[in-house]
This record gives sequence, C-alpha cells and structure tokens, in this order.
Amino acid sequence: MKQLSGAQIFVDCLKREKVDTIFGFPGGAVLNLYDELFRSDIRHYLVRHEQAAVHMADGYARATGKVGVCLVTSGPGATNTVTGLATAYMDSIPVVVLCGQVPTPLIGNDAFQEADILGITRSCTKHNYLVKSIKDLGRIMREAFHIARTGRPGPVVVDIPKDITAEVTGYQPVLKVDIPGYNPTTEGHSGQIERALDLLVKAERPLLYVGGGIIISNAYRELKRFAERFRLPVTMTLMGLGGFPGDHPLSLGMLGMHGTCRANMAISNADLVIAIGARFDDRVTGRIDKFAPHAKIVHIDIDPTSISKNVVVDIPVVGDARKVLQQILQILKKAKYAKVKTPKRTEWVNKIEAWKREMTLAYSMDGELKPQYVVEKIYEVTRGEALITTEVGQNQMWAVQYYHFKRPRMLFTSGGLGTMGYGLPAALGVQVARPDKLVIDIAGDGSIQMNSQELATAVQYDLPVKVAILNNGYLGMVRQWQELFYDKRYAAVDSSAQPDFVKLAEAYGAVGLRATKAEEVVPVLKEAIATPKPVIIDFRVSREEGVYPMVPAGAALTEMILV
Amino acid sequence: MRHTISVLVKNEFGVLSRVSGLFSARGFNIESLTVAETLDPEFSRMTIVTAGNEQIIEQILKQLRKLIDVIKVSDLTGKRFVERELALIKVRAEEKTRAEVLRTVDIFRCKVVDVTTKTYTIEVTGTEDKILAIIDLLSPMGIREIIRTGRVAVPRGD
Ligand SMILES: Cc1ncc(C[n+]2csc(CCOP(=O)(O)OP(=O)(O)O)c2C)c(N)n1
Ligand SMILES: [Mg+2]
Repeated sequence: MKQLSGAQIFVDCLKREKVDTIFGFPGGAVLNLYDELFRSDIRHYLVRHEQAAVHMADGYARATGKVGVCLVTSGPGATNTVTGLATAYMDSIPVVVLCGQVPTPLIGNDAFQEADILGITRSCTKHNYLVKSIKDLGRIMREAFHIARTGRPGPVVVDIPKDITAEVTGYQPVLKVDIPGYNPTTEGHSGQIERALDLLVKAERPLLYVGGGIIISNAYRELKRFAERFRLPVTMTLMGLGGFPGDHPLSLGMLGMHGTCRANMAISNADLVIAIGARFDDRVTGRIDKFAPHAKIVHIDIDPTSISKNVVVDIPVVGDARKVLQQILQILKKAKYAKVKTPKRTEWVNKIEAWKREMTLAYSMDGELKPQYVVEKIYEVTRGEALITTEVGQNQMWAVQYYHFKRPRMLFTSGGLGTMGYGLPAALGVQVARPDKLVIDIAGDGSIQMNSQELATAVQYDLPVKVAILNNGYLGMVRQWQELFYDKRYAAVDSSAQPDFVKLAEAYGAVGLRATKAEEVVPVLKEAIATPKPVIIDFRVSREEGVYPMVPAGAALTEMILV
Repeated sequence: MRHTISVLVKNEFGVLSRVSGLFSARGFNIESLTVAETLDPEFSRMTIVTAGNEQIIEQILKQLRKLIDVIKVSDLTGKRFVERELALIKVRAEEKTRAEVLRTVDIFRCKVVDVTTKTYTIEVTGTEDKILAIIDLLSPMGIREIIRTGRVAVPRGD
C-alpha cells in the first residue's frame, strides 16, 4: 500500500472526482493542503472573501452541472462561507466546501481560529463531515461529492483538522460509495404517472409550472416535447427560467410576486397544474388557499419533502424531473394516449392571449433613464445570448422581466435565499466555466458593494465580466415596499452615499463606464462588450421606479398591483 | 394527534443534534426523545414522541428520512406496538402516609428503590397512562421530584 499524507490523499481524491478548478482563500489550518495543491495541476482562483469563493463555486456549478469546489481555512475562513452555503442550499446547487480545522487534540478547547463549523453549517448544508481520523478521509471525500451531486443536489462541508493533513498512512482509494441512509428515488412510479396523464387528457385548462429542477436535471428537451405534444402553456419560477425557451409561443414567463399577469391569471384559472421540479415557494404561490383554486395538482419532484409541504397535491410523483419526463414520453406511446390528438385548446389559448394583451409589462419613458430600458437594451445588444447573473432587489426582477432566456444555464440568480452580493462572484465562476461567453452581472448599487472586492479577482485572472449597475441610489426593493406599505417612510434605504463606480473599477485595474441618458445606453454597452477586460457600467437610472406587476406578500396571485 | 416514531440511525457523533436540530429548525414539537445503541453497535435507535396534524407528521417522517445518517423511519402509531416509559418518583413519606404510599406501590406493582426517614423513591415502568395514574394517586401525599425517561417502543410480533 502506498504511504501518503492526508494532504496527498486529499489531492488524490479531488483528482478522482475530476476536479480541475478550486476557488479558495488560504490560512494556517490549510497550509498543508495548499502546499500539495500547489504541486498539482488543479487550477486555484484566489478570491478576496470566502463568501465569494462559495458563490463562485456555485456559479461554476450552475454553469456546468458539475460540483463547484472551495477551499478555506478554519475559524473565520469557514464562518465566512455560511451565506454562500445557505445560498447554494436553498437553490439546490452542488458545492463542496473543504475547510481546515484546528488539530484534533485542540478541538473543543477554543483554540486559535477554532469554530464549530459542523454545528454552524448543519442547517444550511445537505450534509457535513468532520474528519476525525485519516482512515476516513478518502471515504468522506468520496461521499461528500456523491451526496452533493446526486438526488436533490446541495452543498456539503468537509471539515479537516490540520494534524490529519500532515499525518501519513497507507492509502487505498475509495471507489465505491455505500451510504445506507441515502438512496434517492430517481424513477417515477409508473402508475402515478398514468393517473396524471389520464387527468391531462381530460383537462381543458392545463398548465405546466416548472422550476429549477428542470435545469438541474437537464430536462429541457423532454419538457419541450411534452409541452408541445399537448399544447401546454408553461410558466416558470425564477429558478426555472431558461428551462423552457422564454421566446416560445407556449411560454407565459415567470409567475409569482413579480411574475407576468398572464402567468398568474393562468395558474389561478387552470383546471390542471403539473408542477415539475418546483417547490411552491411563498413568492410563487401568494396566498396559499387561493393558489390554483380550480386545479387538480400533479407534483413531480425528486425531493419527497417538497411534495405536499405547502400545498397538498392530488398526484405526487417522486423522481428526477428528466427521468420522469422520459417515462411520460414513453408511456404516451401506448395506444390509448397515442390516439389522442394534440388539442387545439382554442378557448384556453385565447384567454391567455387576452390576458397578455390587456396587461403587458410596461414602463414609461419620461426623460429619466429607466432601469427597464437598460435591461431591454442589454437583451437586444446581446441578442439574448449573454449569460446573465443578477444581484438581489429590483435589479433582479427587472433582469428577469426584460431579459428572455432561451436555454437553461443562462440565468444565475440567488432565488431561494435572495443573497445580495451573489451576482459578481457568481459571474466570475460562470466566466471560469464558460471562457468563450459574454457574462453580465445585472446589479444594484447596494448589492454590488457587498462583494465588489472581487473585482480584484476578476482582474487578477483576466475574467472579463461586465457589471451593469442599475444605480438608483436606493436599496430600491426595500424602498418600494416602504412606498407601498409604509406610507413612503424611507427608513434606512438611501444608498446614495456610494463610491464613484467608474473610479472604483479603475482603482482595481478594471474599466469603468457611465450612462445617464437613454441614448448613451447602447453605445456604452457596445463599448463594454468590446473591451476585453472586466467592466463596470454605472447606469444612473431614475431613483423611484417600481417593479410591477406586484402581488403583495400574502395576497392572492390575482390581486396584482399593475403600476 | 400524537405519534410515536421509531428511527434507526447511524451510531455516530452529531446524529442526535441533526435530528433535534431538524425539529427545532422546522418548528416541529418533540414531546420526548430517547436514544441508545442497538444490538449492532453501528446503529442507534431513537424513539420520538411528537404531535401534529396529518400533514405535519408526513413532513416529519419525510424530513427524518432525508437525513443522511437516518437509516429507517417508522411511524408506530396505528400499528400494534409495545411502549414503555420509566419514571423515578420521590414522594414524601411521613408517619401517617407511609403505609398509603406502600399500598399504592403494591397495587401498581412498582418498586421502592430508595428510602429515607422522610421520602420513598419509587420506580415505575409502564405505559404513559399508568405513570400518570400513579402520579395522580401519589400527588396528595406530596411529590418532591419526578424524573421520566420518555417513551421507548417496539412493534409487536416478529
Ligand atoms: C444580504 C442581504 N441583506 C439584505 C437583503 C434585503 N434586501 C432585499 S433587496 C434589497 C435592496 C437591494 O438594493 P440594490 O442592490 O441597490 O438593488 P435595487 O433594489 O435598488 O435594484 C435589500 C436590502 C438581502 N436580500 N440580502
Ligand atoms: Mg439600488
């Protein structure tokens, strides 16, 4: 048996998991690991804050479907990853965070840079491990990657004490995983699927409501075939955007709090809702007892806990979205379904068209530069081919209302946790994964400042991302709630004391541009895209623009505020 | 409604906090939780008594199954199972009540496990009903302290 150190085993495990990229930040507890990494051919991106390392790994994972990997030190290094972990956990993103820990004999002694990271991350990871013996290191690394990427994916933390990284032992690679308590169901129950299809054949106003599960499971093609076969209108959650082509005639766009009117009206009037890879989040359902009140509900999801958690469903199907859609397409070949023609659904389609005509997304051009206009132009100039990340707030909602996503893995946004500061580091991770693509972070002036230090990372590694700040000098989304529900008492939302973003970019060695008028938008965008460097564009937009339509929290989806 | 849930888990550090953390994070209530090693020292058995409507119990069962260290979850409620709880009750025993206490102990077939001039400590095993009943009867004599284990349960038959 080969004699290897813990650090050597660690790198061997990474190679076996086909990891070629790591995002991280060093410190005392991980010196041995870094020393061994340094000698390997794994690329390492040095971030400026560990939170950003997790968002980068997360962006990388969303862009590729692979596991994103981070390496951080013990104590503060590890605690800094918590927001990144919670973000990845909420959106089911496969990330493995490897962190150093104080040496085993010191654990529990309040040693220098010790933190109980197992305890701290228990509720924001899919699973976590403390390596207590070098004999377990290989197995734990293998399990961590397996758990992160299979079933409903999610982040996994592996906490590695420093003495274990130095210890030497006889090493046998762990090839097979055997976790008795972990065996996700991927195949749907065919009887349940047939019951669902029998409902579908009879339905008059059916609707597909799809979420991030479609993207994670790569079910894009199967979904499109299924929707077209039965002429099913499709509405997507924020996480599902791109899972069905946004420019398809059957696409109703996003539903929920800032969804399109037609999507919200459609789900409120449907007689059958088929939910796939979505979890009935409160931002999607609005008032729960008024959600899809006329519909039978079929729910296809890999996570049994998502089913009947918020909304009790009629037909649950536990399984991987793509697997189940493939099963559906297979079952549809049976004679009793094959003879069913693709329905015209004239009445239902006309109704949806009417909602679309009556209540379009709109904003007025009244002299000031409008944020919606900026996003519209980003869409036009990039022909909808850019990879878009967002921050959180109004910028995020305008980004998804005015940019249409044709394919999966084109939008990267913190949906579940709503993490300000996600967009820039995620963009860097996406750019690392897709060096050939144009990556744009549609940002807010508040959010960008939560991780703007990563401009240094962008410059250091020549990652030419573009950051389009919709600068309203406000924590705009919070201001909008105060405008609507607190009589315009704008408490703690004025963010107009801010750096000169052009100079900030320049200070980091990036490029800064600015637009204050509508006619400057397109030329500035073109200039940014033509610049082979990271660029910040400071779009000075009108300060008190709102995101509409809006369903107030706790109201029914039909109770939309339109302007 | 009350449910008794039997959970087979890996016998590993941190498992108890994963389970109890799940209950507190999601606002599920725990009436009692017991845990100890099984015949196979690789695993432990937890017995959890909880309450909630059908939807909540379904969530609890599913959430428990989702934990990686949880091997098997069974809801014993509605099935045939034996349940037991143990209680240690320290009751005041004065001249005029000593005989009465002993009579009660006798009727309930429990044991006196410690005696002082002023108190008896009584060990009771049984269903919750039995324990509540004896507490009820001993109360008038003055109960000083009660320590209860919470329920353990096992399905009947093979
Ligand atoms: C880390 C974090 N803190 C607080 C919030 C609450 N929050 C949601 S949107 C928002 C305002 C964001 O401001 P800005 O980035 O300027 O975006 P805008 O809404 O103005 O487009 C805040 C504070 C959050 N989502 N994330
Ligand atoms: Mg703002």
